[in-house]
Amino acid sequence: MLEIKNLHVKLEEEDKQILKGVDLTVEAGKVHAIMGPNGSGKSTLSYVLSGRDGYEVTEGAATLSGADLLEMEPEERAAAGLFLAFQYPVEIPGVGNMTFLRTAVNAQRKARGEEELSAADFLKEVRAKAKALKIDADMLKRPVNVGFSGGEKKRNEILQMAMLEPKMCILDETDSGLDVDAMKLVAEGVNALRDAGRGFLVITHYQRLLDHIKPDVVHIMADGRIVKSGGPELALEVENNGYADILAEVN
Amino acid sequence: MGVPAQKQTATEALLSTLTLPTAGCTRSAREAALARLREMGVPGRRDEYWKYTRPDTLIAPEAPRAATFHTDEPMMFDAIDRLKIVFVDGVFDAEASDALEMDGVRIERIEDICCKDIHWAKDLYGVLEARGQSPVPRPLAALNTAFAGDGIAIHVTGKPSKPISLIYRHASESSDALLHHVIRVESGAEVTILENGPAASRFNKCMEIDIADGGTLHHVRAQGRDHERRAVTHMFTRLGAGSVYKSFTLTVNGVLTRNEQVVELTGDEGVAHVAGACVGDGDFHHDDTVFVTHDAVNCESRQVFKKVLRNGATGVFQGKILVQPGAQKTDGYQISQSLLLDDDSQFLAKPELEIYADDVACSHGSTSGAIDETALFYLRSRGVPQKEATDLLTLAFLAEAVEEIEDEALAADIVSRLEGWLARRA
Ligand SMILES: Nc1ncnc2c1ncn2[C@@H]1O[C@H](COP(=O)(O)OP(=O)(O)OP(=O)(O)O)[C@@H](O)[C@H]1O
Ligand SMILES: [Mg+2]
Repeated sequence: MLEIKNLHVKLEEEDKQILKGVDLTVEAGKVHAIMGPNGSGKSTLSYVLSGRDGYEVTEGAATLSGADLLEMEPEERAAAGLFLAFQYPVEIPGVGNMTFLRTAVNAQRKARGEEELSAADFLKEVRAKAKALKIDADMLKRPVNVGFSGGEKKRNEILQMAMLEPKMCILDETDSGLDVDAMKLVAEGVNALRDAGRGFLVITHYQRLLDHIKPDVVHIMADGRIVKSGGPELALEVENNGYADILAEVN
Repeated sequence: MGVPAQKQTATEALLSTLTLPTAGCTRSAREAALARLREMGVPGRRDEYWKYTRPDTLIAPEAPRAATFHTDEPMMFDAIDRLKIVFVDGVFDAEASDALEMDGVRIERIEDICCKDIHWAKDLYGVLEARGQSPVPRPLAALNTAFAGDGIAIHVTGKPSKPISLIYRHASESSDALLHHVIRVESGAEVTILENGPAASRFNKCMEIDIADGGTLHHVRAQGRDHERRAVTHMFTRLGAGSVYKSFTLTVNGVLTRNEQVVELTGDEGVAHVAGACVGDGDFHHDDTVFVTHDAVNCESRQVFKKVLRNGATGVFQGKILVQPGAQKTDGYQISQSLLLDDDSQFLAKPELEIYADDVACSHGSTSGAIDETALFYLRSRGVPQKEATDLLTLAFLAEAVEEIEDEALAADIVSRLEGWLARRA
């Protein structure tokens, strides 16, 4: 599904290399987790995959179902099925959350040559999905993420994912800032979407989320590379011992 | 202090083309206004108040030609049930207008009231304009009072069921129109005034509004889309105790528009909101000049002005809040912002506060910036194409000004015009 090969990325404005050869393949139906110290390049990887400005790919490739991601505009990547739940969801004053969701859903449908969702169908769907995430009607009416608490913002990301039904979901620290109950809701939201055709890349610092979303593979990222990959037990090792042992071992 | 020779020459050159209307009750007000104008002289490029906007074409003896504008789109406010009063190139068109009759209001043509000896309009015509000449001279308003060729007097005594809609039509490429309206809202009365349409090649409009204690006036105006016309408008509004004035202006295109609002809060607990949204391209030049005076206790004023500028367009905002001694508990808010869609466009702002009372809360802010790249990326990452995302953010930027319109149908009409402007972009 998602194939990243030898990806090298530097900042556009500065001579600073951030990703130094990332290799990673997420198969359809699988959940991969990435852990790694602060500043190791996890968010950068997710931004580069979704097409944010300010980065320059100096080497390597990234494809989604065989299509070259790096050649596409961000909206084309989204229409192709890529979704990023942001580590820091963006506030958009003046744009209602509902308008935002409907615009996004219909833009993607249009890009794929599908019929736009009728206002009634959209409303029905969004209400049901919001309810499951305990997002109330007021939050749907308010401007996107403006005045939302940290946890509300993260749940709002998952609502967007649920509405857009992407093929490849990248979750960047969606668990940070969530209370225990909200974490369960988010995990349920993710698990509800798990199916044979969909891949997940879950970036996290904590084992706790992975208790609820069982990963198939866990990767450790350090200094712009995947330095170790393994099963779910790798996350437990990090939780118990930190990164020192793993980093010492690979160096 | 005399008027500089150069100004005097320009003033006399302009006056030589104009004749003072002779008839009726406004005669003395017109003569006084002419004397005021001669004392001030027409605005010149060196005047501080005209630093950002060139008055040349507004004071030239002959109005520059301007192509008329045609569109197949429905006219502004078409879907709104309203009483229509039509002016073509600044002249009242009785045939195109509705009968000037509605419960709760008396509407007359200024010309028609001229013969009567006693009339409320006599105490208003030119009066608020004259008051508004200090501390900053507004010669083009005095010019208007003296020479306005037409206009209406609206006396609101109740709550008319529909808005009164002043519709301007631009028919001749060389039209030079001066209109002067006076409106008096009696205690407890409430009215909505709409204005729209390209008015003339050169348009000078003055409106004097006197709102008695507890009266309410809503004003929604749409200027555009005739690009070549030049317009200068003045609205002088005096508010009594507990009265409300809410004015919103949409401007789409126009090589020169200067909208002045002079608001005076003279009674306690008055509320005055003036807002504007404008969008323009290329040689578009738009100037909002606002002067709000608080001269009573516990009054609230808001100025909310938003401009979207692209392809080298220019936006100007000069806004002042003056709080007089004793105007305690004043709540004054002013924001002027521009969204520059490219590097060639510019926004020139001069926000001012002058406060002589100690117990007041006044704030002002002025910003100018590009589209928020982070928000743009967020939208695009959800599949919204760049142009659509930019438009959405542009409308969001304008929202704070549009939200000043209380009536939902009117606000929706304004939003659809803004969407139209965005959609027409290549
Ligand atoms: N636009 C930028 N300008 C300067 N430095 C940047 C920029 N983007 C990323 N970096 C740097 O690149 C490195 C990787 O950052 P990134 O956000 O990808 O880390 P991360 O692994 O997501 O960390 P965390 O776990 O704290 O979220 C950091 O050193 C960061 O400071
Ligand atoms: Mg990060």
